[in-house]
Amino acid sequence: MSPDAAPSVVDEPTGSSGSGGGSPRAPGRPSQEVVFPTREQYVAVVEEYKDGGFEMCADLCAVDYLAHRGRRLPEGVSPERFEVVVNLLSLSQARRVRVRVQVPEGDAELPTIFELYPGVEAMEREAYDLFGILFAGHPDMTRILMPEDWEGHPLRKDYGVGRIPVQFKGAPGPR
Amino acid sequence: MSEVTTTSPADDAGVGQPHPDTVLDPPLSGDSFLAPGPGGEAEGLVAETSEGPQELARRALTDPGELRREVGAVLRLPEGVAIDPADIDVEHSDDETMIINMGPQHPSTHGVLRLMLELDGETVLRTKPVIGYLHTGMEKTAEELTYVQGSTNVTRMDYLAPLHNELVLSLAVEALLGVEMPPRSDWIRMLLVELNRVSSHLMWMATNGMDIGSTSMMIYGFREREMILAFFEKTTGLRMNHNFIRPGGTAADLPDGWEDDVTIICDTVLPRTDEYDELLTGQPVFRRRSEGIGSLSAEEALALSLTGPILRSTGVPWDLRRSMPYLRYDEVDFDVIVGTYGDNFDRYSIRLNEIRESIRIIRQIVEKMPAGDYRVQDKKVTPPPRGRIDESMEALIHHFKVFTEGFKVPEGEVYVAVESPRGELGCYLVSDGSPKPYRMHIRGPSFVNLQGLPLMMRGGLLADAVAVCSSVDPVMGEVDR
Repeated sequence: MSPDAAPSVVDEPTGSSGSGGGSPRAPGRPSQEVVFPTREQYVAVVEEYKDGGFEMCADLCAVDYLAHRGRRLPEGVSPERFEVVVNLLSLSQARRVRVRVQVPEGDAELPTIFELYPGVEAMEREAYDLFGILFAGHPDMTRILMPEDWEGHPLRKDYGVGRIPVQFKGAPGPR
Repeated sequence: MSEVTTTSPADDAGVGQPHPDTVLDPPLSGDSFLAPGPGGEAEGLVAETSEGPQELARRALTDPGELRREVGAVLRLPEGVAIDPADIDVEHSDDETMIINMGPQHPSTHGVLRLMLELDGETVLRTKPVIGYLHTGMEKTAEELTYVQGSTNVTRMDYLAPLHNELVLSLAVEALLGVEMPPRSDWIRMLLVELNRVSSHLMWMATNGMDIGSTSMMIYGFREREMILAFFEKTTGLRMNHNFIRPGGTAADLPDGWEDDVTIICDTVLPRTDEYDELLTGQPVFRRRSEGIGSLSAEEALALSLTGPILRSTGVPWDLRRSMPYLRYDEVDFDVIVGTYGDNFDRYSIRLNEIRESIRIIRQIVEKMPAGDYRVQDKKVTPPPRGRIDESMEALIHHFKVFTEGFKVPEGEVYVAVESPRGELGCYLVSDGSPKPYRMHIRGPSFVNLQGLPLMMRGGLLADAVAVCSSVDPVMGEVDR
């Protein structure tokens, strides 16, 4: 299923106390298939899955690993600061696959998969808005949740939870 | 779709022939002074104002920047990209469409949704949902809260189905913890989320009725929903935002006599769905306003990642409770309701029948509810009962630790999805081994489902835009998070 070059792992349930039982009682955790393509392989891998019966892109989100450098990754995948996580769903096989792409900090850009799954339009915009990851080829790469003149990308780990000036007249300033 | 647009007599009569000069200022097109007369460049234009007659500059002299603000920057692109000032031909425009903003305070947008509609007369051409007005940074907040506190946060996202939010977070945390849940807690959770599905769908029936003019449905839907909320209040202490389903089980056991309460709810709501059926389904006005409106094909719905009743209305039998069962949904009997045409009427009948199916599930839950623990007996995850704290130092320490530091969750990532009343509600949770989630992402079904609006509204009438928006059932708290 997955292309040769992209390391793929089947995610085992962690620390399972009773996962040996017949029906998957450990909630929502049938083992999950994860692939780690590089940026160059990314679109091709997703396309291959789409051709393989994954009709829907259920979710696309980003993670900023700035404060958690030493995460577990399979052999051959070099960790970068950002990671874009795509959850593909096959309705016909009732199966999910997760595509995790490493995106370097200096060049936070990824090709869009809008052509394959138009449903990622809002999700890619959300990832751009909150993480500053650009999706090349996206039809409307603008902010979606934050105001369009907002500075910074709030879900980055180096973006503090600060104050913003209050707009009311005569309100006292920050304490 | 086209049959609907042509049935309106207004369509042929008054549509789309505004004065060519006034096309760019739709809100003001009635005011003749804004339209430069064919030969009247020289004489001054005078408008009556509260301070007497005032001389006006000619329309063509208006600064392009101001003009753009007036017509609305198209589709929220940066203004320079949306409209090139040079392209605006004020004098001879043949552009007969106009753009209006519906919302963010329009009552039919179910919150603070703003729709930019491009209209040709009364026909909707392009639509762009503009969201973010209710963005409160809940995913960022979640990174500052422990797993114990997390459910107070997520429960406020989809405020019409708070228990589903709590459930998906709890399932994700438990999946990372790898704990096995006691059966009773699964069944209690199922009971609560199914009741929640009924209350959410009832709320939808009410507001949808309101949107297309059936105000009595508004009252009925709220009346029945209140019964369920009263049961939630009795069980959890709160009508909404319960924080009852927590990682490790539920906050408490069901109250005494819950079987009777639930049975009364079932016995009341079920016959009343028949009344709604009678009230709406056969009603000619309702049918004309919903049949064939906002239709989608299965391919379109899949491509746009639409889930829930919208996907099922196109005939795709996809319900996570059936296809990828969680909790104990594989042990109860229920039908997955699907539609055929993917129109508003299908979505209405799917939700109406899902109320019946949920009640069918609830009745089975009442019968099958096992005895036992309502939360997992793991001292690291579950705080000890109040009684133990007085007699055991260790229990006191555990209690203190769970509520101050929280419990540590093993490193890893997990994606868990449940079927909320609106579709696939997913939670992608990343843990770095600390008591706080490293990243918590919620895949809100309404957030994704809103992407279907432009397609569903295209070619329809403006009045139907309200009905289509309503049939998507967006909850802005979840869209913006």
